[in-house]
Amino acid sequence: MGLDKLDRHWDAIVVGGGHNGLTNAAYLAKAGLRTLVLERRHLVGGAAITEELLPGFSFTTFSYALSLLRPDIIHELNLVEHGFMPLMMPSSFHPTGDGDYLLLGDDHGQNLQEIRRHSAHDADAYDRYHHDLDRVCQAIRPLFDNAPPDIFGKDPEDQADVKWLLDHLGGVERNVMHDAVRLLTGSAADWLDDYFEHEAVKGFHASSSIIGSKVGPMSPGSGLVLLFHKMGEHDGHLGSWAFHKGGNGGFTQVLARAAEAFGAEIRLESPVTAVLQEDGKAVGVALEDGTEFHAPVVVSALDPRRTFLDLVDPRSLPGDLVDNVERMKFRGVSAKVNFALDGLPVFPALPPRPDGGGVDHYGGFLNIGPTIEYVEKAFDAAKYGWYSERPFIDAAIQSVVDPDMAPPGKHVMSCFVQYAPYELRGSDWETERDAFGDKAQAVLEDHFPGFGQLVLHREVVTPVDIERHTGLTEGNIFAGEFLAPQMYFFRPAPGWSRYATPIDGYYQCGSGTHPGGCVIGSPGRLASQRILRDLKG
Amino acid sequence: MYKTTPFHERLSELNTQGLYTHWQAHLSPLRYSHAPKHEYFAVRNSVGVFDTSPLFKYRITGPDAERLLAGVLTRDIRSCRPGQAHYTLWCDDRGFVMEDGVVFRHSDDDFLLTAARPNLGWFGDHGRRLRVEIEDVSDDYGILAVQGPRSARVLESLAPEVHGLGFFAHTQVKIADTEVTLSRTGYTGDLGYEVTVPSDRALDVLDAVLDAGNGHGMRPFGEEALMMLRIEAGLPLVDIEWQSARTAFTDDQRVTPKELGLGWMLRGVRDGDRAFVGGTAIRRELVEGTSRWASVGIVVDWHDWDHLHRDAGVFPPKNEHPLSYESMLYDATGDALVGYATSFMYSPVLQRHLGLARVRPELAPTKERPGADVRLEISLLHRTTTVAATTTRSAHFDPPRKTARTGES
Repeated sequence: MGLDKLDRHWDAIVVGGGHNGLTNAAYLAKAGLRTLVLERRHLVGGAAITEELLPGFSFTTFSYALSLLRPDIIHELNLVEHGFMPLMMPSSFHPTGDGDYLLLGDDHGQNLQEIRRHSAHDADAYDRYHHDLDRVCQAIRPLFDNAPPDIFGKDPEDQADVKWLLDHLGGVERNVMHDAVRLLTGSAADWLDDYFEHEAVKGFHASSSIIGSKVGPMSPGSGLVLLFHKMGEHDGHLGSWAFHKGGNGGFTQVLARAAEAFGAEIRLESPVTAVLQEDGKAVGVALEDGTEFHAPVVVSALDPRRTFLDLVDPRSLPGDLVDNVERMKFRGVSAKVNFALDGLPVFPALPPRPDGGGVDHYGGFLNIGPTIEYVEKAFDAAKYGWYSERPFIDAAIQSVVDPDMAPPGKHVMSCFVQYAPYELRGSDWETERDAFGDKAQAVLEDHFPGFGQLVLHREVVTPVDIERHTGLTEGNIFAGEFLAPQMYFFRPAPGWSRYATPIDGYYQCGSGTHPGGCVIGSPGRLASQRILRDLKG
Repeated sequence: MYKTTPFHERLSELNTQGLYTHWQAHLSPLRYSHAPKHEYFAVRNSVGVFDTSPLFKYRITGPDAERLLAGVLTRDIRSCRPGQAHYTLWCDDRGFVMEDGVVFRHSDDDFLLTAARPNLGWFGDHGRRLRVEIEDVSDDYGILAVQGPRSARVLESLAPEVHGLGFFAHTQVKIADTEVTLSRTGYTGDLGYEVTVPSDRALDVLDAVLDAGNGHGMRPFGEEALMMLRIEAGLPLVDIEWQSARTAFTDDQRVTPKELGLGWMLRGVRDGDRAFVGGTAIRRELVEGTSRWASVGIVVDWHDWDHLHRDAGVFPPKNEHPLSYESMLYDATGDALVGYATSFMYSPVLQRHLGLARVRPELAPTKERPGADVRLEISLLHRTTTVAATTTRSAHFDPPRKTARTGES
């Protein structure tokens, strides 16, 4: 009986074993709370998983690289001890659409020469561009790494937080502030036009402005997406990306081990259907099979729709919160097409040398979206409920960086493909799955002739698949779009951006809270700070 | 005039950078690609090859070969059986370290010693009255290091014997129809091997190794990656971690084996009676406990590093390229000078700023005592300041695979 009671009663229960749920649980356990993580699926990781779909071939089904993970988390959770291993992605390869390419690597001088090969003007603009962007990142980082102040709160603590924010912003140089506003409100195309003249150089830099978002590079709001992706500081380089050993599934396994080492327990195949309440307080959760677990702290790592509309009865919540969550935009537009390949694709301008030497252009991202116009046209289809005829593709041949991802000589290629709107007009994703996969593959075939003959296996992950497997509403990879009215003070809803909910003891820590999404961990970490502070009283 | 190594012709074709340094007058690549950090990751995550041919190589043979080496090498060569190798030191007669090297014992009376500097004269002088022959065979062999977790798997297709090989063991195998020495040695702190091959067969053997590495993410790595790897592994380097006693002017420049962190080489010395160069002084140091320094690792407090830089308005640098100068270590209060860091870098694998250092012996961690809090001098915005650090054992990175038995993978 005693054992059973222990088994049912916990200090904290985290619903959802995605990377933020695991991060949150690790911090709570580290602080001494008996913490239980309940994961619906047979593996942890949420959207950050690696699956062996073909013997010897590991696929990063959804999320596929690492940049934004906050360095504090790496240290505070001792992740290195548990196998944290972010491998360098040494290059970025951007076919320019005319048979030529832009290939950037780790040598600054060589990068400038490579840009100069296309545009002498853009070579020094490249430095100016990055410096301006770095300064904006530096200015907003404190906002990024702290809970948003409650600007609607009246107590002295809230007012102190607001003062901290205003003081910080007051210290930002005026040009940096202006750049920040231009990025946060404007389009990536306008921002890039101020620096670069060459269409392919612009196209290369615009790619991060549309990831996961229903915007084109010419849409206002794409600047915000671009800035967000620059906030990563892997190994001290802003905007730099790494490939975690074993993919992002390898990373979430590391997190799980860290959480367990601090004493958290993780239960798989334990879908939570409801948060149990007594007198307006959270007291536990119920699983699909009726099993109940009790805890005075329940944390939802799910997205805001599920946190506020599924796990609890929305009728018990303030109407404006429910309205805001109902109208929050989730419109997923991203899909994955993952390949197992029999060998490396060939880019005609960079033929392979028999001795394996020469230029190494497959070490990082392969950016298939030659110009801003190309990407904007790909976006056009999404506006009218259809997928791109010629999609944008952010690809990576991950077995080049981590040979353990595929058998020797074989490869896995992750392709993040846009645009693929969640809701198709006049059809559905089950019908269109293969046709969509064919479109993506045709684009690859254009850039890498003979690509099709290398394909051993193809996996098409539609927005509906993303939703079904990870629970992310409408397949939105950020658990709520990166739109200005859905960020910071307003993420996920005005008045509820500080990880608490209207229900005592019920908290939120998913990517739909500040400063999610991406594999960043901050929502999990900041929520744990909130919970621990509340517990102290 | 510079020289090239036996592997140069082929390896230079794989070099996209044209950046070389001179290592004992041989062209030695700093890097092969634009990203030395990528080369470093090849060694930590798959496999890399490094041309270590510029080392001096001496063949020592004859009935008194063991007698000579037992009398000049700090570590007792008599415990090294044929088929084994020793990492070892030699000291001056006052017990100060001159140099280090690896000695391979091929039979009772046949040894091959590698060294970073010319040493034929010194060894020759000590062998004068012995039945021993010392031959400089430096140019006769190339040495190719094959290092990293996949090294055994790559080499097994060429030489299945790789799997029987224990840490610091070696054996003769055939690669590309050439008799080579395959040893489980290296300078990366990882699972790794070295192939010692007659110079005139070096290219064929290299080609066979490169072929075998195809599909395994194998890449050549240069000196920059090597520096990162060896600092993480806590492996000292002459002229950086210490100065040869031969060229030093004062004892402040000199270190003893124990002070260099290589006290483990002195097994049996304290209570034994082996006569070797420097032995009397070393024995006295051990008995009287007069070591002035301990060699340790240092790990910088990440939080302090981050805040120090952010508060100064600059982005906290994480530079994997080692510093090329010594910096001072102070006690936890920042007042008293307690040592100096000889190497310092940001480790991408360990996600920490770390280094190798020499501190007062009482600050070194022991089995009973954790590391001590110290402060490392750094330069920030044209001023010196200090950042919090802790002393650790010097092998920051020391995976079990380095010494584990290998099997069919």
